[in-house]
Amino acid sequence: MTKVAVTVNGTRHEADVEPRTLLVYFLRNELGLQGTNVGCDTSSCGACTVLLDGESVKSCTVLAVQADGCEVTTVEGLAQGEELHPVQQAFHEQHALQCGYCTPGFVMAAVSLLKENPNPTEEEIRLGLEGNLCRCTGYHNIVRAVQAAAKAGA
Amino acid sequence: MSILGNRVLRKEDPRFLRGEGRYVENLPLEGACQVTFVRSLLGHARIGGVDASAARALPGVQVFTADDVDIPTYGPPPFPGLDAGMGRPPVARDVVRFVGEILAVVVSDDRATGADAAELVAVDYDPLPTVVDPREAAKDEVLLFPDSGTNVAARSGSPEHDENLFADCEAVVSGTLNSQRMAPCPLEPRSVAAEVGADGRVTAWLSTQTPHQDKMVLCGMLGLDPAQVRVVAPDVGGGFGAKMLNVEDLLVVWVARKLGRPARWTESRSESMIGLPHGRAERLDYTIGGTRDGKVLALKLDALQDSGAYPTLGAFLPNLTALMSSGVYDIPKIEFEGRSVVTNTTTISAFRGAGRPEASQVVERALDDFSVEIGMDPAEVRRRNFIPKDAFPHTTVTHAPYDSGDYEGALDLALRAAGYEDLRAEQKRRRDAGDATQLGIGISTYVEITNGVDETEFGEVEITADGGAIVRTGSFSHGQGHETTFAMIAAERLGLPLDKVTVHKGDTDEIPSGTGTYGSKSTQIGGSAARVAADTVVEQAKKLVGDYLETSPEDIVLDQAQGLLHVAGAPSKALSWGELATRAAEDGRMDELKATEEYKAAPTFPFGAHIAVVDVDTETGRVELSRLVAVDDAGTIINPLIAEGQVHGGIATGAAQALYETMVYDDDGTPLTGTFLGYGFPSAAELPSWELADQETPTPRNVLGAKGIGESGTIGATPAVHNAVVDALAHLGVRHVEMPANGENVWRALQEAKA
Amino acid sequence: MIPAQFEYERAGSVDEAVELLGSEDAKALAGGHSLIPLLRLRFARPALLVDVGRLDDLRYVREDGDRVAIGALSRHADLARDAVLAQHCALVASVAAGIGDPQVRHRGTIGGSVAHADPASDFATVLLTLDAELVARGPGGERTIAASDFFTGPFETALGAQELLTEIRVPKVSAGTYLKHTRRAQDWATVGVAAARVNGGVHVGLASMGTTPVRATAVESALAGGASSTDAAAHAAEGTSPPSDVNGSAAYRAHLAQVLVRRALEAI
Repeated sequence: MTKVAVTVNGTRHEADVEPRTLLVYFLRNELGLQGTNVGCDTSSCGACTVLLDGESVKSCTVLAVQADGCEVTTVEGLAQGEELHPVQQAFHEQHALQCGYCTPGFVMAAVSLLKENPNPTEEEIRLGLEGNLCRCTGYHNIVRAVQAAAKAGA
Repeated sequence: MSILGNRVLRKEDPRFLRGEGRYVENLPLEGACQVTFVRSLLGHARIGGVDASAARALPGVQVFTADDVDIPTYGPPPFPGLDAGMGRPPVARDVVRFVGEILAVVVSDDRATGADAAELVAVDYDPLPTVVDPREAAKDEVLLFPDSGTNVAARSGSPEHDENLFADCEAVVSGTLNSQRMAPCPLEPRSVAAEVGADGRVTAWLSTQTPHQDKMVLCGMLGLDPAQVRVVAPDVGGGFGAKMLNVEDLLVVWVARKLGRPARWTESRSESMIGLPHGRAERLDYTIGGTRDGKVLALKLDALQDSGAYPTLGAFLPNLTALMSSGVYDIPKIEFEGRSVVTNTTTISAFRGAGRPEASQVVERALDDFSVEIGMDPAEVRRRNFIPKDAFPHTTVTHAPYDSGDYEGALDLALRAAGYEDLRAEQKRRRDAGDATQLGIGISTYVEITNGVDETEFGEVEITADGGAIVRTGSFSHGQGHETTFAMIAAERLGLPLDKVTVHKGDTDEIPSGTGTYGSKSTQIGGSAARVAADTVVEQAKKLVGDYLETSPEDIVLDQAQGLLHVAGAPSKALSWGELATRAAEDGRMDELKATEEYKAAPTFPFGAHIAVVDVDTETGRVELSRLVAVDDAGTIINPLIAEGQVHGGIATGAAQALYETMVYDDDGTPLTGTFLGYGFPSAAELPSWELADQETPTPRNVLGAKGIGESGTIGATPAVHNAVVDALAHLGVRHVEMPANGENVWRALQEAKA
Repeated sequence: MIPAQFEYERAGSVDEAVELLGSEDAKALAGGHSLIPLLRLRFARPALLVDVGRLDDLRYVREDGDRVAIGALSRHADLARDAVLAQHCALVASVAAGIGDPQVRHRGTIGGSVAHADPASDFATVLLTLDAELVARGPGGERTIAASDFFTGPFETALGAQELLTEIRVPKVSAGTYLKHTRRAQDWATVGVAAARVNGGVHVGLASMGTTPVRATAVESALAGGASSTDAAAHAAEGTSPPSDVNGSAAYRAHLAQVLVRRALEAI
């Protein structure tokens, strides 16, 4: 077992973990933050995307021990109480989610994308989301949502 | 102003946006053990033994094999003509028939130990010859079920053939459309949780599309009294036709009962890629004939359906292909003969479209092939064969009872939206210039059948003590937004604001019956049931109001805009739903403000036209889908925002089949595309934005005038994109490209054309 | 899926990492985007993971005379926007920008990618093409390995079990391009072609045309002999043994190599 201290959504957590514990399972099982989903086992689908020190990463491809001393933001850390984050709000208004399973991953990926590129073209959005898969929406409204969030200055 | 037809944002969104989706994997279950399945690594083998001794040595681990698991053979389902001998033991005993078949059930306290233990289970395989290609399986040389004496699990259509079917045809062409095997890939892998309560009742939480049907099957298979079983489908992350009761569900419930301890299981993606049924895998040989001025006179289809190792619904789907093989055309003579054969692969079941994409794929390919043969524009050929708008209702020679249609209208709208003439001009320019990147334009005009086995759906509306309403539905949306659309339907009928109407679904204890959601039927039967139940509540309410206002119920009217029930002509003599509920509660008459409906309606036939534009790099074979224009006419639309979302997703899957996805096995039955790395599930980077144009031709077949829409995008898009690729290369002599029509398959087609 | 068990140590320095790598069945963990996928599918089962991810002094890009020195733990995302690379070896920056997807690029490192030595690796191919030098530190000290000696087989390199890549040195390149044919944007190259003007000559390298990245020596010879891009490109598959797999047959890969080599040569 290895000691880790990870700040998640602003709160510091200390725990003893088996080194083989993936960050996504640490978040879900140790911390009870179940918003981050596991959709595949080859780092392909991005459903597990969180922010690690402000940048999007696939939490299924990061060991919890690698996140020691780092800051993690999950989807649960976006809204301010009742008020949704502009990206969440844009997803809602553009009907960019159906079953919702890929949604937290897309939202986090979009937050990171807009941080690095606040005014992306459609092509940049589509390429910027190449690491996230959705089966329900056909991506059309997800792209619209990112465009709307960009316009709103997200 | 009615709320119907408006782009209403979804009521269910907040929990998903906040990461509070109630997927089975997220549900708390105190003290649950974890289930891990040991799955076959070989495609076909006799099993000499399963040695779990090393696994059992791990702390807290139990392992159950076929000898322990007393569940009868599962399936095949009682579809007419399906060989009853081809059932699946939930845990394989003497033989495994596909990579992924379950050989042992490992139970542990935590998932990591379960994974460690499963690896330690040693299986003694005695390999048997495998048969993976249905054409090989059809030879009946390597038999999966020797007792059946054949690999043919089912037949469809008719073996009778008219030798003179094409006798009066001036032009006849033949070809093959292989609708390749696909994996459904819902983003949520399956998850099951089960527990036996102190009262002995079994509760099973399933990631399923069909909680009520699953409950029935579960009870039947495990010998349980339905009153003692509750199935709950909470939030489910996509299904696409594949998520219905399967052996894993049975086994987890079995474990919970055996151990008297809650049990749960969640599959990994690579487990899902082989454990969750696949779709499509129907190969169709076609011959189409007609006159040189474009009239199709005859169509002959020969179908070979891969059923996978254990036949289920997939083996039956060619019947739907046959039913829909006239497409939108008035074809006087159609012959269809089909065989469904077993192979050493994952079972084939329903996948978004389920038998109908295969029909549109082969019919539209045949039409285009015929167009090239006679040298006529494919849009024009279609026009000359459409069932005309005024000819409905129309029953095809394949006995499909089409309700309403305006096929020419849809095509015209699509062609205008696409700028067809300009596209053909650009195509000509590039052909004349010999550009390395050629333009292809593909058309599909399609029709499909929804609510195909004319099912009955349950709906209940209940006014609550605070004057709101609960809609209980037997439908089960897992992405389709019923919490919004059905609320809209009831809210409109009751005159309540949307936020006062909530939709309940998925819990068999709360909802007495239901058929779940598949086949694009839910709005038309579930939504209609909710509407009729709401109307019944209004009628019943009028009686109550009549009593309270001392007026005859016939003189009470509902002002939908205000949500007030009042005396006709005297709007001040009124009760709101809230006031009515308060009084009814005081009088113990709340049950009069509740009504149920079992709504049955005939199938409906949505239709449309899709136009795809592709850029094909003739040197590398790479295809880029640059545009997809879609007209999808599904009659009355309750919520265009949600309807469009369904079309978007369907088109993406349709385009994915045309260009990216194929589930591939090697000759030993080992899947080569068994992860998201190998399997070509496209991202947003592979696809364009879609261009949708509106057309609504209502149906008389249900009270809403609505047809289904969930699968239309898939059914229309694949042939449009496929046809576009062939069209791009037609001037180079290419008549056909195998799907996925991209990269190497394009290159091969070009090589063959040059040869 | 869940990895098999392993021990974990975090190295505070390169020397400490080297020492830890001397343990039985030890593997270095940098960004983890080559290794962790293998762990999850249980294709790799090391006894000890040596986390070198915090060795921040191996993250840099520096001009070094006629070369650019890249710290082995530089992340793809950082290389993609590095100003020194943009000026002196834009090819490496553009390759970094195209690896995987944004999430992968936030974690994956050039050293980790190259040490993993996937025959389809973009970086491995480009480094081979540029005749890069790879610097490794081991128990015996530091040594420099030529790229042409580095890739010894599929997922095999000349690195000793106890060696850690610390730096990669690439020449300054005035013109270079990397073209890859993939099925989907996030996929590995079905075929990748790197072409660059290096030291007065034209170098061409191929990804996924053999068990390691290879130089298209027949193309290079043809060019040196004055052949046109088209004529030289016709030799692209000579001496290669492209695999046949779900991404493409050997014949298709050979064809793609010719097309992409021609296009790459035309681009520089």
